[in-house]
Amino acid sequence: MGVRTWLGEWPMFRQATGSDPLGRGAAVQSPRTRALEPRTREADEVVKSVCPYCAVGCGQNIYVRDGRVTQIEGDPDSPISRGRLCPKGSASTSLVTSPTRVTTVKYRRPYGTEWEDLDLDTALDMIADRVLDARRRGWQDTDDQGRVLRRTLGFSSLGGATLDNEENYLIKKLFMALGAIQVENQARI
Amino acid sequence: MAEAHPVGFQWVMEAKARGATVIHVDPRFTRTSAVADLHVPFRAGADIAFLGGLINYVLTEGKDFREYVTAFTNAAELVGEDFADADVEGVFSGYNAETGRYDPISWQMDGAYEAPAAGQRDHWEPELREEHAAFTSDTAGGVGDQAYAPSDPERDDTLQHPRCVYQVLKRHYARYTPEAVSRVCGMGVEQFLAVARAITENSGRERTTAWVYSVGWTHHTVGAQYIRAASILQTLLGNMGRPGGGILALRGHASIQGSTDIPTLYDLLPGYIPMPNAHLHEDLQSFLDADAAKTGFWGHMDAYLVSLLKAWWGDAATPENDFAFDYLPRLTGNHGTYGIVRDQIDRKTFGYFLVGENPAVGHANGKMQRLGMANLDWLVVRDMQMIESASFWKDGPEIETGELRTEDIGTEVFFLPCANHTEKSGTFTNTQRLLQWRREAVHPPGDARSELHFYFHLGKKIREKLAGSTDDRDRPLLDLTWDYPTFGVHEEPDPQSVLAEINGFDADGNHLASYTQMKADGTTSGGCWIYTGVFKDGVNQADRRTPGAEQTWVAPEWGWAWPANRRTLYNRASADADGKPWSERKAYVWWDEESGSWTGHDIPDFEATKAPSYRPPEGATVEDALSGTDAFIMQANGKAWLYAPTGLADGPMPTHYEPVESPVANLLHDQQDNPAREDIDRAWNRLNPAMSETYPYVFLTYRLTEHHTAGGMSRFLGYLSELQPEFFCEVSPALARERNLEHLGYATLISARTAIEARVLVTERMKPLRIGDQRIHQIGLPYHWGSNGLSVGDPANDLLGVVMDPNVHIQESKVATCDIQPGRRPRGPALLEFVESYRRKAGVEPGGIT
Ligand code: SF4
Repeated sequence: MGVRTWLGEWPMFRQATGSDPLGRGAAVQSPRTRALEPRTREADEVVKSVCPYCAVGCGQNIYVRDGRVTQIEGDPDSPISRGRLCPKGSASTSLVTSPTRVTTVKYRRPYGTEWEDLDLDTALDMIADRVLDARRRGWQDTDDQGRVLRRTLGFSSLGGATLDNEENYLIKKLFMALGAIQVENQARI
Repeated sequence: MAEAHPVGFQWVMEAKARGATVIHVDPRFTRTSAVADLHVPFRAGADIAFLGGLINYVLTEGKDFREYVTAFTNAAELVGEDFADADVEGVFSGYNAETGRYDPISWQMDGAYEAPAAGQRDHWEPELREEHAAFTSDTAGGVGDQAYAPSDPERDDTLQHPRCVYQVLKRHYARYTPEAVSRVCGMGVEQFLAVARAITENSGRERTTAWVYSVGWTHHTVGAQYIRAASILQTLLGNMGRPGGGILALRGHASIQGSTDIPTLYDLLPGYIPMPNAHLHEDLQSFLDADAAKTGFWGHMDAYLVSLLKAWWGDAATPENDFAFDYLPRLTGNHGTYGIVRDQIDRKTFGYFLVGENPAVGHANGKMQRLGMANLDWLVVRDMQMIESASFWKDGPEIETGELRTEDIGTEVFFLPCANHTEKSGTFTNTQRLLQWRREAVHPPGDARSELHFYFHLGKKIREKLAGSTDDRDRPLLDLTWDYPTFGVHEEPDPQSVLAEINGFDADGNHLASYTQMKADGTTSGGCWIYTGVFKDGVNQADRRTPGAEQTWVAPEWGWAWPANRRTLYNRASADADGKPWSERKAYVWWDEESGSWTGHDIPDFEATKAPSYRPPEGATVEDALSGTDAFIMQANGKAWLYAPTGLADGPMPTHYEPVESPVANLLHDQQDNPAREDIDRAWNRLNPAMSETYPYVFLTYRLTEHHTAGGMSRFLGYLSELQPEFFCEVSPALARERNLEHLGYATLISARTAIEARVLVTERMKPLRIGDQRIHQIGLPYHWGSNGLSVGDPANDLLGVVMDPNVHIQESKVATCDIQPGRRPRGPALLEFVESYRRKAGVEPGGIT
């Protein structure tokens, strides 16, 4: 190691002689920090998305590596947000990689005191049965004056403002076909 | 706005940098106030007094934009002779004290029945309903009436006739003087006048003023009238349909606009078509007769509705069977969320799906919400985290107090994990009606699935179980078009195919380019007419991403806005009656004589080749009945309504009423609170009496930058929980002295519902106000907390009761009263006794869970 190289490893020297007199960049790098790369650079792909929190609709770039989200940044192309995200939008990476996220079905039987595990297909089948049963019990062909109602008040749904338009569309369509009028979401509150 | 919609607020700052004046009218001092030119603190719930005061200022000083008002509004039309103003008493003609509802027949214009383009239909009394059946349906939303095709009402273009709208309005607001407003709102007369001068000086040909609001305006028993008041003011000042103008709703969820357009709401079908009603809509024709206007673009409701029915029931929807109109279930009244929860408690309804909503924390009167869920047979929760609404049976506040026991709760609960926004493709519609497509980045883990997946497969399963059924009630399910292409191991339905169905097809299977192509004869389909065009040319227009820097300032090539990619609604009004821009500076859309068409920076919200000079021939219908100056094309008469003869349940003009829980008397009218409001009178929903000494303080709820609504997407995250780690209440130093509250100590807040505890933040940001001769303290409460997650606390919404606006059935949650005491709240059953002792003292009936 020549004297020059050795000196060059000394941050004070680099700060005094280099292009970073305030010691905020290159001057204070160590070999380790010099080798560090942003997560975004290692991504296999960058996918265009939109912030899931409020209705400003800021653009997001989703950085993906090995089939996992590694980072979420603001999308500079968006004429709405111009690359910016607020604290919530900036926390999107921790939202989608949260360690407390529940990823399996949980079931609480009537009067039960604990959660149990349940297979997803079984759950779907049980729910379909319950929907049909509640639909039947809450069914009304006509009102007390004989006017056609063709509906059920047996069950209801709440939520939609966090979902996609396509999802809301299927919910409304299915509920209308079931005769279930009690569909509501956050826009009511 | 800086707090709850921070990135949107960059544009306010941009405007400020270019010389705009920013005024913040809010009971709290926030990050918005900090950078505003003027912050006007005032009393929560007094906004109509404030806005009414501004309307009065504009009218008495003659500051309205007269040419705009005469060209585009109903100012010159005469109100019928039967109308009696609210006046000193505070109640309009047509009020029935027994039912607490209005018959709006006396509000009509002279010589014409006017059809509402949206809004209230269920305020007719049963007998009146029969009598006026042809006027209106009793569902909210939708439009007009054909039996009474609007003839032109009597008018006085000089605006001098005592019954013309201009004069009626002027008289109604005459009592809203700067002095009166200052007394009601607790703001200085000079401060009020500063705002009045600023907005009037900044409106007219050369300048426009925008109003921005959020749920601080809608969460009231008079919420719809708050917005009406703003629209009257903005219309008088000529600030609608123009660049830099408008009344902008900042909505709180990524696609809350989309879930209103394609409504998971009981009273609407997609595209704001009202749900049919049992009393009036026996068949398609009677529905259209009652709800489709004859004139204006709502005149095509038949085409929009038939296309919807074709999208849903395909070949089973034929001209012979009314396009399966019979398959739609019928309403008989209000089925809003609070009524549903009351029915849950009464065990009248048995099952409940919660999809990305956490009512145990996010809705007013959390106890009511949890009691509803505890009385169900089954509950399906679809979420990412274990939210309070899924675990209430184990650890809810009622378990702690002993009101409920886990072993006694019979509710069967299914928690199904859902996919997040990076794990599925689809569109969100943002707060400016812009659809933006998200592309799927990764697959959802474990059992997590999109809602598209869940509802598609649930529907499939239900249809399989009913296969072969001969029961008539199963026909809508069996005939439903429900065969979306799927991909991947989990058979995920293709969201583009759903968006294409929403957009619609012509008879040859081509994607429709515009809703104007829709037909009422069954040859077109389309699931939501206002979204038609989003798949124009077979291209997903919502996925367009031309960088902002590479296009004009209107940015028409980023995403797609409904309708027809128009970015500013009613933009015909950005030009004068002759079609010329009001000024060079404010040019936006104008008539080009040479080409004989409208042109400009945005897509004109007007028929492209209808000249400003066009006048409808006698007997013209639909859009042909609108003249070349009728900018408000969804209105049956093409005019902005300064006075609303129909469409509202609680009066044709906004009137100041006190919040139901108010510490003061109404200083403007005898009537204390909204006489047409909706109540739920039950033991679990006791209300604090008005002007109660037991509950002397006003509180308001709000959001923080670092958390999101009921916390399901924020309280479980490390960074956000670290930034705002604990539930707190904001109090003024004066209130802290009055109640011995210590900064960073604990306080207990008490209402007739319950008591909650919060850490105390003593701050000058909260200011006591002088109302009449009373000193009023206001307390600020962020409402994000619950018992689960990394950052936990009592839910502020538990403190609220439910009392509602009669137009939209939204609760008054932005203002109520409470007491505040130092220290933590009692635990366990002692809490119940503590709250009961307050109710006793206040003379309120006992609480309870049934
Ligand atoms: S980043 Fe913030 S402002 Fe932008 S959409 Fe998300 S929550 Fe809203």
